[in-house]
This record gives sequence, structure tokens and C-alpha cells, in this order.
Amino acid sequence: MDGDDRDIPPIPASPAEAHAPRVGVDEWVASVAERREGYSGVLGRARSELERVPRPVFYAAFGVAAALLPAITSDGYIVRVGFDTLLYMLLALGLNITVGYAGLLDLGYVAFYGFGAYGYAMLASPKFGIHWNTLAIVPVVVIATAILGLLVALPSRRLLGDYLAIVTLFFGQLFVAVYTNGERMSLFGLTRSHDVTGGPNGIPNVDNFNVFGGRIGSLQAYYYVALGVFLLVLLVVFLIDTSRTGRAWKSLREDPLAAELMGMPVNRLKLIAFAAGAAVAGLAGTLFAALNTAVFASDFDVPTLIIIYAILILGGAGSIGGVILGALVVNISLEVLRTPGHATWVFYVTILATLLMALRPWRVLALVLGGTVAFGYAAHAIVAAAWPRGVHGSPSVGGWFGSGLSGWELHPSNPRLIGNITFIALVLAVLALTLLSGWKRWAAMIPTLYLAGFVWENRLVVEPSITRLILVGVILIVLMNARPQGLLGTARVEIV
Amino acid sequence: MNWNLFVTELVAGITHGSVYALIALGYSMVYGILKLLNFAHGDIYMVGAFIGFGIVTVFGGAESLSVNVWVLLLVMFLCAMLGGGLLGVLIERFAYRRLRNAPRIAPLITALGVSFFLENAALLLLGGQFQSYDSYGWKGGELWTRGFTLPAGVHVGVAQVIVVAGAVLLMILLTVFVQRTQLGKAMRATSFDREAAAMMGIDVDRVIVATFFIGSALAGAAGVFNGLAYQQVWPYMGFQAGLYAFIAAVVGGIGNLPGAVVGGLVIGLAQSFSIGYISSTFSDAIVFLVLIAVLILRPTGVLGRAAVQKV
Repeated sequence: MDGDDRDIPPIPASPAEAHAPRVGVDEWVASVAERREGYSGVLGRARSELERVPRPVFYAAFGVAAALLPAITSDGYIVRVGFDTLLYMLLALGLNITVGYAGLLDLGYVAFYGFGAYGYAMLASPKFGIHWNTLAIVPVVVIATAILGLLVALPSRRLLGDYLAIVTLFFGQLFVAVYTNGERMSLFGLTRSHDVTGGPNGIPNVDNFNVFGGRIGSLQAYYYVALGVFLLVLLVVFLIDTSRTGRAWKSLREDPLAAELMGMPVNRLKLIAFAAGAAVAGLAGTLFAALNTAVFASDFDVPTLIIIYAILILGGAGSIGGVILGALVVNISLEVLRTPGHATWVFYVTILATLLMALRPWRVLALVLGGTVAFGYAAHAIVAAAWPRGVHGSPSVGGWFGSGLSGWELHPSNPRLIGNITFIALVLAVLALTLLSGWKRWAAMIPTLYLAGFVWENRLVVEPSITRLILVGVILIVLMNARPQGLLGTARVEIV
Repeated sequence: MNWNLFVTELVAGITHGSVYALIALGYSMVYGILKLLNFAHGDIYMVGAFIGFGIVTVFGGAESLSVNVWVLLLVMFLCAMLGGGLLGVLIERFAYRRLRNAPRIAPLITALGVSFFLENAALLLLGGQFQSYDSYGWKGGELWTRGFTLPAGVHVGVAQVIVVAGAVLLMILLTVFVQRTQLGKAMRATSFDREAAAMMGIDVDRVIVATFFIGSALAGAAGVFNGLAYQQVWPYMGFQAGLYAFIAAVVGGIGNLPGAVVGGLVIGLAQSFSIGYISSTFSDAIVFLVLIAVLILRPTGVLGRAAVQKV
């Protein structure tokens, strides 16, 4: 940006005013609003009004809403999803310290989660016959995880961020490898082998939380424990965020060299951020182990890591509210994707919503939507006449929506091969779409949308567990390219 | 001392190391020019391996090949390198190009996303089961029965020779290309200072595309080499191999091409000797220790030069 674009400061009314010392007024600091992305329209105004509400109000509102969930529904499944979402929020909150504040790319984060879970399982199960009180285990595990985090960060503290990413990623892999093969462990072949981690069978029969003789057994109780822990960690993170350390972390993230020149203990700050993130992950691990009453190393592998990253990135790294929103969106959509009927609804509604938001003016939107519907019916009619087997199957949803779809979409009787081919075609078509502009893009959008519906119905909906992971990957790529600051982050406009 | 075990592990280490070195070269080239850890690189290797497997299937499957083994190998390598290279170019164009001047973390996370997408797309398209090249069965297993015997009675099959010799050949070609050609010179200049190179009239975009194509083609070839020597291919193979190659690149000095080769061999040997002498469970741990030791003692890698950070 040009310096000339900025307003020239007003001419002082009197000479005395001009020479008065302006303590604490810095043009750069004062122009903070200018350095942000501008908002426009009704939504924009609502958004800037919302920003004036103090943040803790939102967190308290979230806490109250979340606390009401088990009271509203007695459905165990929903409470369970709520618990998982809270757990993901907690994990993302911890990762937010390391990645969002300090800017250290920690790709071994799930290993700390797993370490916490295994730590709890080892100290509270028949595995070694140890059954400690939960109030004793949790601090021990959290501190041990923090120390482990320190040890991992220590050799890479002086290195560039990229090296840290490699070391931690490999550390995560190492964790999974050691814990899956830990049923015959010996110290470099010198001692007799011992079964330490249960190998691929994990550690079963882990105790529930046990506080002063009172056992916490019900799902509802765990939900409240998780909520309490989450709000507590949220409070701590919020306080750190606004503290001296929090500011130091952020300056470290923006420019490590400048931070060092300002006299900040860069290495120590990095280590603290790393250990703090690890400690939160360890805490989440104990919750996980106590509710599931069994731990397996495969739960702490790369897919979990990527989901946590997707949550953090979607909400916006460095934003606490973003963590809450990201976990809600990602975890609930991944849950919904498990049931094909629901997933199909979500798929079409998401596409429609994206089009509604992205396409301007309205004429184009109507044209594209109408064109897609017409294109589908035409294609269906042609294929039904030429190749009856192409319309053999039935859609994955029922009701009026399903019957509408069955006349629109092609359902070959053996969809696997053609589904695979059209999946590749769809990926290429979407890529090509990003190259086009103007009316060509809108015209190309019609067959692409139809293709997307076809691939969804015939291939993706059949394999929900893979589709979920593919979508998480797509979220990461698209978000980073389109809106790297996430949903709740604010884009900084650099003025140099 | 058990020489047989020693020589066996040596051969295995060199074979594995050659594959790692080929993948590591691509990592290093991309890192040298874009300062980007391309996590998707390992998955290009996986795609290359599957292209090779597809060619075997097209020519009648392992047991009843319809063509000469050498013709098959040639077609496999050409297709895998071309396919891998094109995939790399696609990824660069659509996932990384817009992020070239973004904060460092954005392209890294995109790379993770691309890797995750490729793995799971492969899982969707190809299924989760292991597939086998079954090179023992090609034309009566001539790639394995023929060969030569080392001292201490270790038999080395032609397949292993092809892997090592092929990797060496590709490395020599790459070195000649980077040192002697116009485009190679442009690559070195871009890697040294991208902005200055652009000001000197080098088409940086073209150089980056070429880098991705060559690096990814090497990964595709590595996938076929791996299938030839170790048979099995499956959608998640890229992650593990990519990680090892990554570490090889770091150990040798990331961004440094001879370093990538040295690092690949070090990691391959460390892995196979720890499998042979210590325990297969902890070969990962040994490699991790090597990595940590190198990072502490020589943070820029065995052959890397200390970078001076300019402001």
C-alpha cells in the first residue's frame, strides 16, 4: 500500500496544540481499524456492532447454551456428540496456543492427546493393577504431558518453523508406532520384554473418573465435566491471551526476529507455548480415556490431527470464538455425514447456501439454478431413452425430495466404476472452473453442479467414512486459498 | 560376526535408501525454490506406484504378462513419471500458486490438506486393500532368479540392481540438467533469490512449474521402484515413505540435492540396520534419534551450508 493514500493529519488549530507532546498517540496504533478488512452492507454493520460486545459475554452465552443441552434432550447419542464436540473444542483450544498464538506448527499434537489418554489408562485400569484417585492422576498426567512437550520442542527450539513441523510430525508417527507395537517392549533388547501398552488391542477396562470414592459413570455427568473443564481452560487461555505472555507470543508469531530484538526470550516463549498446548491435549486425553474406558493407539493417528487442524483453521487460528464455531461446524457435519439420508440433505443445502452467498447478481443465480435443474431433467430424459440401465437405481433420500431427485439424477445400476471416473472428472471440472471467469464460469457451473450431484449420489454417499476425510482435506485446501484467516479471523491488511 | 546378516541389511538399506533419496530430491527441489514443505509429495509417490501397478494389470497381470519385462518396465516408468509430474504441476497450479506470498503457515496447511485429499481419494477410487506388483512372478521370476551373489552368500536380484542403478541414473540426469542447462541455471538462480531472478528476466512461474514437474516425476519413478523391490502398494503408503524421505532431506540438508541423496542413504541404512540388529518395532525410534542428533549437531544438515538470515 502506498503511504500517500492515508489522510493527511489535520492542521493544528493553534501553534500551542501543535507543539504539545502527544504521549501515547501513535499514528500506526491509532489506525488499527484501517488495517483491517472493511465490512459493508447490513451484515457488515451487524458484524461491527457484534464486535463491540465484550468477548466474555459470548463465552458465557455459549456456556449457558451448552449446559442446557442435556436438559433439552435425553437422547444419549446427541449428548455423546456434544461430548465429542467439547473434546474437540478443548483440543483445538490447546492447539490454538501453539499454532494460533505462538505460530509454531505442531504436527505431533495428537501424540500428546494420546499420551494423556494412555497415561490415564495406565494409572487407572487393571493393566498394572493401579487404581489411583482421579484428582491425583489428572495433575500427574497433565504435568507429564507438558514435560514431554518440552522435551520434543527442546531440540528444535532454535530451528525454523519448518523443521519443527517435521520433527513433530515424525514424533506423532513414532508415538503411534511405539504404542501399537508396545506389547513386547524391552530396553533395546537388553531386558526381558514387557507388555506396556497392550499393542494393537490397546488398554481395555479403564476406570471411570473417581473422585473421593464417588464414581462418575453417566454420559450426562461426563458432558458436564467436559464442559466445566473446557470453560476453565477457556478462561485460562483468555487471560493468557490478554496477558504479557500472550502478547509476546503474538509478536513472536508475527516476526520472531523483531521479537528477539525487542528483548523477548524467544526460545523460552516457544517452549512455554509448546508445553502449554501439550498439557491441554493431555487433559483432553484423560477425559477421552475415562469416558470410552478403553484406549487404542489408532485413535491418535493423522486423521484425528487433520480434523483438529481443520477445526482450528475453519474458525480462524488465534481466535477463541473461532475454536468454538469451528468445532461445532466440523464435528457436527462429520457426524451428520455418517447417515446417508441426512448427509444428502446437508450436501444439497450447503451447495445451495454457497451459491446464494457467492453468486451475484440475482439474475445469474436464478439462471444457474434453473439451468442446473433443467440440465438434469434433460440429461435424465435422454439417458432414460438411450440407456435404460442408467436410471436404474434410486436416490439415497426418501420423501418429496427423493422423488424429485429420482427424475433429475442418473442412477446407473452399477455405479462404482462410473462413479470413480466421474469423481476424477468432477475434480478436474472444479479446478477448471477456478480458471474461468465471467459468463463462461456461470455456464460451466451448470454441468459441474450436476456432475457434483451425480458423484455424490452414486459414489460419495456410499462410502461415508472416506467421504468425511476427503471433505476435511477439501476444507483445508479451499479455506487456505479463499479465506486463510478462517471464519472468525480478521484479515490484516498490511500497511508498510 | 554374522556377515550374511550384515550384507543383507546393507543391500536392503541401499535399495530402500535409493527410493528415499529419489523422493527426497523432489522435496528438496521444491523446498529450495518455494521454501515449502510439500506434504503431498509422498502421495505423488503413491500415485506413481499405483500407475505402475495399473500398467502391470493392463499388460495381463503379473502371472501372464503379454510383453517383455523390459518393455513393461519402460512403459511403467514413462507413465508413472509423466503421471506423477502432471499431478505435481496440477497441485502447484491450483493449491499453492495463490499462496506464494501468504504467511508461511498457510501453504503448509494447504499441503497437509492436499495430502489428505489425495490419500482418501485414492482410497475411494482404488479401495483399501494392499495390491501387489508380484514381480517375483513376472515371466517366471526372471528379475529375481537372475542376478549375482555377493560375498557372504547374499543373492542380489536384477530387480534390486534396477532400483539402485535406475535411481543413480536419474540422479545423474538431474545433476546434469540442473548444472548444464538453461532451465537448470534458472532453477538455481530462483532458488538462490526468487525476486532477483525475476528481475533478471527469469520466468519464475515457468521455473516453479518445471521444478514441480521434475520433482514429482522422480517421486513417481520412486513409486515404481518401490513396487518392483517391495511389491506392495496401497493408498496410505505415501505418508510413511514421504515422512522418511522428508527426514532424509533434512538430514542431508534441505534444499541441497547431493544432500538429499546422502540423507536418503543414511536413513535407509539406519532403518534396515536397526530392523536387523535391534528390533523392527523401534526402527522408527532409531530414525527419529538420527534426525534429532543431526538437528542438534548440524542443524543445516550433513551437507547443508549455514544459512545467514538477512533482514
